Amino acid sequence: MSLWSIAVVLGVLFGVLTLAAALIWVERRLLALWQDRYGPNRVGPFGVLQVAADMIKIFTKQDWIPPFADKPVFVIAPAIIVVTVLLAFAVVPFAPGIVVEDLNIGILFFLGMSSLGVYSIILGGWASNNKYALLGSLRASAQMLSYEVFMGLSLMGVVVLAGSFRLSDIVEAQRGLWFAIPQLPGLILFMIAGSAESRRIPFDLPESESELVAGYHVEYSGMKFGMFFVGEYLGLILISSMITTLFLGGWLGPVLPPLAWFFIKTFALIAFFVLVRASLPRPRFDQVMSWGWKTMLPLALLNIAATGAAVLWRQGGQ
Amino acid sequence: MATVYIENRAYDADPGENLLKTCLGLGFDLPYFCWHPAMGSIGACRQCAVKQFKDENDTKGRLVMACMTPSSDGARISIADPEAAEFRAGIIEGLMLNHPHDCPVCDEGGECHLQDMTLMTGHSYRRYRFHKRTFRNQYLGPFLAHEMNRCIQCYRCVRFYRGYAGGRDFNSFSIRNTVYFGRHEDGVLENEFSGNLAEVCPTGVFVDRTLAQHYTRKWDQQFAPSICAACGVGCNISPAERYGMLRRIVNRYHPEINGHFLCDRGRYSYEFVNSEKRIRQARMQSGAESLPLSKDEALSRLAEILRHSRGVAGIGSPRASLEANFALRLLSGPDRFFAGINENDLALARLMIELNRTVRAPSLREIESCDAVLVLGEDVTQTNPRIALALRQSVEQQPRSRAAAARIPLWNDLAVREIAQDQKGPLFVAALNATRLDDVAAATYRAAPADIARLGLAVAASLRQEFAFPADLAPKVSELASRIADALLGAARPLVVSGPGCRSEAVIRAAAAVAGALAGRGKPAPLAFTMPEANTAGLSLMATAGLETALEALRSGGAETLVILENDLYRRAESSLVDDLLGKARHVVAVDHLENRTAARASLVLPAATFAESDGTFVNFEGRAQRFFQVFAPDGGIQESWRWLRDCLRAAGREEGETWHSLDHVIAAQGRQMPELAPAAQAAPPASFRIVDERVPRMPHRSSGRTAVLANVTMHEPKPPEDPDSPLAFSMEGYPLTPPQALRPFTWLPGWNSVQALNRLRNEAGAAPPGPSGVRLYEARNGLAPAASNWPEAFRPREGEWLLLPLHHIFGSEELSMYGPAIASLAPRPYVAVRDGFEEGQMVEVSVRGLIFRLPARIMAALPAGTAGLPSGLPGMDYVRLPDWGRITEAAG
Amino acid sequence: MWSIVKTIWTVFLHAFQKRITVQYPEEGFNLPPRYRGRIILSRDPDGGERCVACYLCAVACPVDCIALQATQDETGRRYPEFFRINFSRCIFCGYCEEACPTYAIQLTPDFHMSEYNRRNLVYEKDDLLINGPGKYPGYSFWQISGVKIGGKDKGEAEREARPTDLQSLLP
Repeated sequence: MSLWSIAVVLGVLFGVLTLAAALIWVERRLLALWQDRYGPNRVGPFGVLQVAADMIKIFTKQDWIPPFADKPVFVIAPAIIVVTVLLAFAVVPFAPGIVVEDLNIGILFFLGMSSLGVYSIILGGWASNNKYALLGSLRASAQMLSYEVFMGLSLMGVVVLAGSFRLSDIVEAQRGLWFAIPQLPGLILFMIAGSAESRRIPFDLPESESELVAGYHVEYSGMKFGMFFVGEYLGLILISSMITTLFLGGWLGPVLPPLAWFFIKTFALIAFFVLVRASLPRPRFDQVMSWGWKTMLPLALLNIAATGAAVLWRQGGQ
Repeated sequence: MATVYIENRAYDADPGENLLKTCLGLGFDLPYFCWHPAMGSIGACRQCAVKQFKDENDTKGRLVMACMTPSSDGARISIADPEAAEFRAGIIEGLMLNHPHDCPVCDEGGECHLQDMTLMTGHSYRRYRFHKRTFRNQYLGPFLAHEMNRCIQCYRCVRFYRGYAGGRDFNSFSIRNTVYFGRHEDGVLENEFSGNLAEVCPTGVFVDRTLAQHYTRKWDQQFAPSICAACGVGCNISPAERYGMLRRIVNRYHPEINGHFLCDRGRYSYEFVNSEKRIRQARMQSGAESLPLSKDEALSRLAEILRHSRGVAGIGSPRASLEANFALRLLSGPDRFFAGINENDLALARLMIELNRTVRAPSLREIESCDAVLVLGEDVTQTNPRIALALRQSVEQQPRSRAAAARIPLWNDLAVREIAQDQKGPLFVAALNATRLDDVAAATYRAAPADIARLGLAVAASLRQEFAFPADLAPKVSELASRIADALLGAARPLVVSGPGCRSEAVIRAAAAVAGALAGRGKPAPLAFTMPEANTAGLSLMATAGLETALEALRSGGAETLVILENDLYRRAESSLVDDLLGKARHVVAVDHLENRTAARASLVLPAATFAESDGTFVNFEGRAQRFFQVFAPDGGIQESWRWLRDCLRAAGREEGETWHSLDHVIAAQGRQMPELAPAAQAAPPASFRIVDERVPRMPHRSSGRTAVLANVTMHEPKPPEDPDSPLAFSMEGYPLTPPQALRPFTWLPGWNSVQALNRLRNEAGAAPPGPSGVRLYEARNGLAPAASNWPEAFRPREGEWLLLPLHHIFGSEELSMYGPAIASLAPRPYVAVRDGFEEGQMVEVSVRGLIFRLPARIMAALPAGTAGLPSGLPGMDYVRLPDWGRITEAAG
Repeated sequence: MWSIVKTIWTVFLHAFQKRITVQYPEEGFNLPPRYRGRIILSRDPDGGERCVACYLCAVACPVDCIALQATQDETGRRYPEFFRINFSRCIFCGYCEEACPTYAIQLTPDFHMSEYNRRNLVYEKDDLLINGPGKYPGYSFWQISGVKIGGKDKGEAEREARPTDLQSLLP
């Protein structure tokens, strides 16, 4: 393993974690912006040190393990989500050459890792030995399973167009036209599915503080709770960077260096997800499920069929 | 049993009662003002109007006053009838026309019957636009404050003061809407029961003046069921505390004893608990210095003393609880436990108990119902005042029988008084001096103790129909004796009252002889003996020897350490004797709560709790053991006497020192060692007693300020004190309804915030009526007392000498109450009472038993010839054993 | 579906609107006079203490954070010997003000009461008493009550007749 690749691994790891932490501040500021407020503005200039303050707080908080919890599982659960999401970053091509491992089955690896994330939620809720936590984790597993299905399917159009599962190939395939144009339905489906996968409003039913107190992490405190939190933000970054890679041409762009383009696009997407959070209410659980299975899944299948037909028609045309 | 229909539902009722009492007893809220359960109905306020119907077909009905209508069989009434409700609202509106806007600054507020009734009728807005009438107030003495503006003219005060308590210096004046209740001029109310006006008045015209000096609302006060410590009657009281200070005493209804009323000594004696002379910290005398000790230091000092002393002599006390005395008796051993009063007083008390084992001692309720009374040698008003109030009711019994004969129900007070006119039943008072009962006495006899005893014996002799009087018995006396005998025989329920007031065994035996003779004639009469102090009877059951024997014991070297329990020995015996006693002991340990001469001489002083700060049992004049409960936990150094003595037992290496954690342990041990006292355990429920798993709260549920009271001291609200000794809690949380009588800290019902809640409580459906509490430790075996055989020598005046008699004062003769400023201000200054020969106020020298007093003379013409009087127990006068002969000379210069 | 997009768009437009947050310590602002903030004790128009120590505020307080002790001066005027509010317990419900029969206890629009030490939140009478009548300028309880105090004899309060002459027999 070369020094470069070690630098990339460390760079990705720290970069992504720092971003996740910074998102705490970014999200709160953005939410405030759209709600005519200021958000955190007391700690440091514009409140940027709020992140540091929150870190200090969360690390020094009492780390309580309920006596009735299944202790080993309870401890491991929050780690799983962070690990799986971080692993998924391994295949994201930030710029030419800046990728941990440019797997030829990059998309499948990403889908696999994001599916594993659900274990964290289920185990955490189960180990908490709390009815709200269990209900939350049940919801999480049902929701994530359902949305995983068309998440994968919605990407198949991109694969068909690019003719490869390797992410750098897919980026390169967008030199002429971003897949966002031909694959607009796929983009929308993937955005919705990704939002659901990272359990963000409006898909935060596993937490839903109004009826489940805090859902699967109701018994968690201190840094264990922080891990779930970080996992959610990492998921948000991951989905945003995947959309950038798959639909918005990745690092491609004029004038600016490739890495800058990648981050600009990713940030725009993150901001959009925050905007969605600021705008939309949480649907009922049965609505989420029926939407997933009865609307999104058929649309995803239709998208594949149409894309396939178009590709075949174009090939046939030659 | 009659059936009455209220709102068309049938209820059982007592046909001898009025509808108001019936309705209240059945749990109906019916407003009223002038009716009082002890004073009957006069129908003056028109507030208790209800609709009465002829029969079930009568829809029109007519308004009647419930208090003036008998609850006869078939009576059919409606309380909720709109016309009746409107009538009642109109009455209240009328009463409120002139009622001032005073509630925030009125001491009655929050426990005001007028407030309650106004709310009950729904009146809320004064429509009358004209001026309110006003009155000027009067100064009525240190006990009561007067605010006439608030008066609603219900006449209860004057009915109580003149009609029930026999006062003369208070009346209603003026006319129409300016009727005024007060004295003819400013001045101290003379009657010894004036304090009851604060409870009798339905609003704030008369309020407790001592409470006003440290006022808090009823809802903020912490109460406990307690027993009055000011004399031996054992009236039930509810002392009230706030911020660690005792605020007042209110009456706690006991049907057999005090009923609705207390005497002023009992009501205002509480002030001693707050006295600056309280001993609040242990201390030790080291040379001329007095070193304050912490509790632990005191205990180690105690252990040292007890370890190095060869024996302990215990001096008990008639003002300490049964349990404290017992703990001391256990520490010293029965042989070296002494009564803490002199032999003579102890012998008299033991004799009275012995006689009451033969002839029944009556309760106060029985005394009230007796219709012919002989009071022999006791000024009851000054020694056991509440008995005097009961005796005042007894003279109404014979006139009332005429009302009964005329078929007038006894609750119909005005009619009963009309038919009785000024008639009084027979009450004969034989005493050393004029008494406060003389105004209702059929005849009085003032004589020296020997002559009083001879009168008693003469009465007994005439009852036995042996007219073999001694030759030197004056014809006037034998005439009076046969008159008394006739009256007692002619009565349905005769009664003999006596006591140790003239310190004469002969008088007590003579009283017993009268009771015995009455029993011999088939008229068994109860025999009531007064008891000077709260637990004189209890102490006398436990101790067999007095202070003189204690001195003997110390002299013979049987004991080195003297432990004195709540006692100022200088009040009990001559200074010379007490000096000797204290001088003989190597160590003197005093457990007491007030500074006094004995504590000043003690080498170790332990701060004891007063009746308000401890639990215990007092035995009253009829032998009834009654439990009193801690009102509040005292601060730091102070602890209950029995706990100090428990610590002494521990220091002495006794097992009890380790095992007594709760008062119940002491009571159990006491019952095992002295089976005679075993029933005292039944005086009240034990500490483990719970009602639906809850303790009884001492505070009303609206008690306020919990998170602010101590906020200036600590931000961490301290846990309320635990109470291991009783089923009560220092809290507002607990059983929310009415607990049994022995555990009822205060009287309250929803909508009934004043003491009048009691009337609504009676026979409340589901709850037991306020039944008697306490248990008698001894009962009479049969009614026949042994006849006294020998007649004492008649009293003969001596030339140049006076027989000095003890004179008792309701305010002054009792030790503890004199530490309170209100009572102390009414106590006489030391004086000598003479019949003649000196001028009022002249300074004279009295020499008696080797003591010389320089005192102003007071002329008391009622004293028997050849006698003079010295006040008993006044602070500032040395103890002198009376009666005895002494000389009175003009003081030089 | 369209409504969702519209919602997102509407919310997005808020990015260009003025923020309504008031930057509190730097920027000042006015609260309405009936705001329920720090509790004060007010004075009569003539400068005397209004509180008559009736204990009604204490009993009305749902968190029991008011403690006081009544006393009176030599003329019979009642006032609190001490009056303590534990603001670390106070929930500013205003029940004490509602219960007060003399307008003495009032809640003010001041809420700047943060302390690092809880003990500093225990206010005694000296801390509570202000030098004015607060929200009710003209009211004086003693001019309505029938009790005699220094400077106001019987019969001198509002709507009171002269004290009755008991000797008079006139109708």
